[in-house]
Amino acid sequence: MSRAPRQRNAHAGALRDAPAEAARSAGVDDARASVLGAIGWALARDFRVALRSKGELGVQLLFYVIVVTLFPLATSPSPEILATLGPGVLWTSALLASLLSLPRLFASDYDDGTLEQIALSPRPLVALVSGKMAAHWLTTGLPVAAMAPLLGSQYALETPMLGTLTASLLLGTPILSLLGAVGAALTLGARGGGTLLALLVLPLYAPVLIFGAGAVDAARAGVSATPHLSLLAAGLLLALVAVPFAVAAAVRIALD
Amino acid sequence: MADFFAMGGYAWYVWMAYGAVALALAVEIAAVRARRRRALDELRMSLDPVAAPRRMERVEESR
Amino acid sequence: MLINWFRFSSPVSFYPLAGSWSYALGALAALLAGAGLVVGLWIAPTDATQGDAYRIIFIHVPAAWMAMFIYLVMAGWSAATLGFNTRLSAMMAQALAPTGALMAAIALWTGAFWGRPTWGTYWAWDARMTSTLILLFLYLGVIALRSAIEDPRRADRACAVLAIVGAVNVPIIYFSVQWWNTLHQGSSISLTAAPRMAMTMLAGILVMTAAAWCYAISVVLARVQAIIVERERGAGWLESLIDWRVGDDR
Repeated sequence: MSRAPRQRNAHAGALRDAPAEAARSAGVDDARASVLGAIGWALARDFRVALRSKGELGVQLLFYVIVVTLFPLATSPSPEILATLGPGVLWTSALLASLLSLPRLFASDYDDGTLEQIALSPRPLVALVSGKMAAHWLTTGLPVAAMAPLLGSQYALETPMLGTLTASLLLGTPILSLLGAVGAALTLGARGGGTLLALLVLPLYAPVLIFGAGAVDAARAGVSATPHLSLLAAGLLLALVAVPFAVAAAVRIALD
Repeated sequence: MADFFAMGGYAWYVWMAYGAVALALAVEIAAVRARRRRALDELRMSLDPVAAPRRMERVEESR
Repeated sequence: MLINWFRFSSPVSFYPLAGSWSYALGALAALLAGAGLVVGLWIAPTDATQGDAYRIIFIHVPAAWMAMFIYLVMAGWSAATLGFNTRLSAMMAQALAPTGALMAAIALWTGAFWGRPTWGTYWAWDARMTSTLILLFLYLGVIALRSAIEDPRRADRACAVLAIVGAVNVPIIYFSVQWWNTLHQGSSISLTAAPRMAMTMLAGILVMTAAAWCYAISVVLARVQAIIVERERGAGWLESLIDWRVGDDR
């Protein structure tokens, strides 16, 4: 890529040389280290980039808060109704907040050619996209889960339910980041952008929503939420293992 | 015969269901055939832009 | 019996095969549908609980099954596209999506008109209907993605990935919606629960399902012919398809 600007070449150069030498010196440990290194590198990079635009992150969080605040205005401020609506509203809003932030995952890198550089590096693409998705979750899903107890108390949810809510969001939002990344990669450079992304990804989100909001509902009904949370955890493990490969495939397809 | 169409009082439901399906399938068949014909027509045009329209006119007459 | 199936994996050789099979299966579908409708609308007895309204089952169940089958077949062709990088498998996947979406829509519509007289409401968020609705969204997503990507080969591969991801999710979605539904209704009442089956009822459903199968394959093969012509336009062999004298698009 001789036409790429100098600083990106230096970046790519660093990508190319170091792991190539590491790979040459053989050993399974080295390979494992380079996978973890790749994940760590991508995570750190994306995290740094995201922190540079703190305003954008703040806006996404604010969107979540505003949407959650709108629902009682549309329905009723009575605590019983709010407690019934609460889990669903908090979870659906988390879904929408996730959707809003997904284009950011690949689009800017794709537009300035960095994504192509990343794909060309000898580090496994699966590891690199995993790092990206992890950074996305840290800057989107984790703040949402952290805000949940505060917003949940606005919905007249009692403390044990707030705990379940936070747990469900902590387990579920990474799945949203993972599945959303598939949609983000597939719609790179396609017409329709963010809306198309939403259409593709929302049906896939349905089970996460069902088990996530269902966990809080169960807690509200006094029933154990363990089945829901276990299923969410199982789904998360499955997604962690399988989805990065689909995302890497989708990124390669977008770059061809 | 009237009994058949009445469907035991459920005529609206049964015939709205069956009727919509018949309509949907007819539309799909017509649309696919039209799509295939259009694709072939465009192919004819691209291969022989001068002669194709006149030939297609003659084809229409002979149908 | 050694047939070199790969001979038909190029659009060139597949086109005439698709044509003749499409007409043959279309005729068979008409015959089967005729027989099935006779069984369903005349021969099968009126149900004791649901009256004649249950007769919708003879188009609802085949449509719902086809919606599921077609998605799986589409995912299969998608896997072939990614695995073998063949154009024709991608074209088959492309041809299947609209018919699958239509089947899902028909299942939803007929389910609503079955539900109203039987259970009192057109739509009640029961597990099967909700899952079919999500399946329709998955179909529409694949169709939308294809029209959103300009390069046909890139669209092939992107839709293939999406179809496979969707296919893996379909059982998860069905399971989760079933779970959600039983929790909120106490028992797994399905809005479109079939009446106890007399033999004629079962026979009617099976015949109509076979008819739906034949119809779907017939329409999909005709559509893939159109797609082949649309996409292979640069290739010279297409001239042989056109009979200048007759002008028939066989």
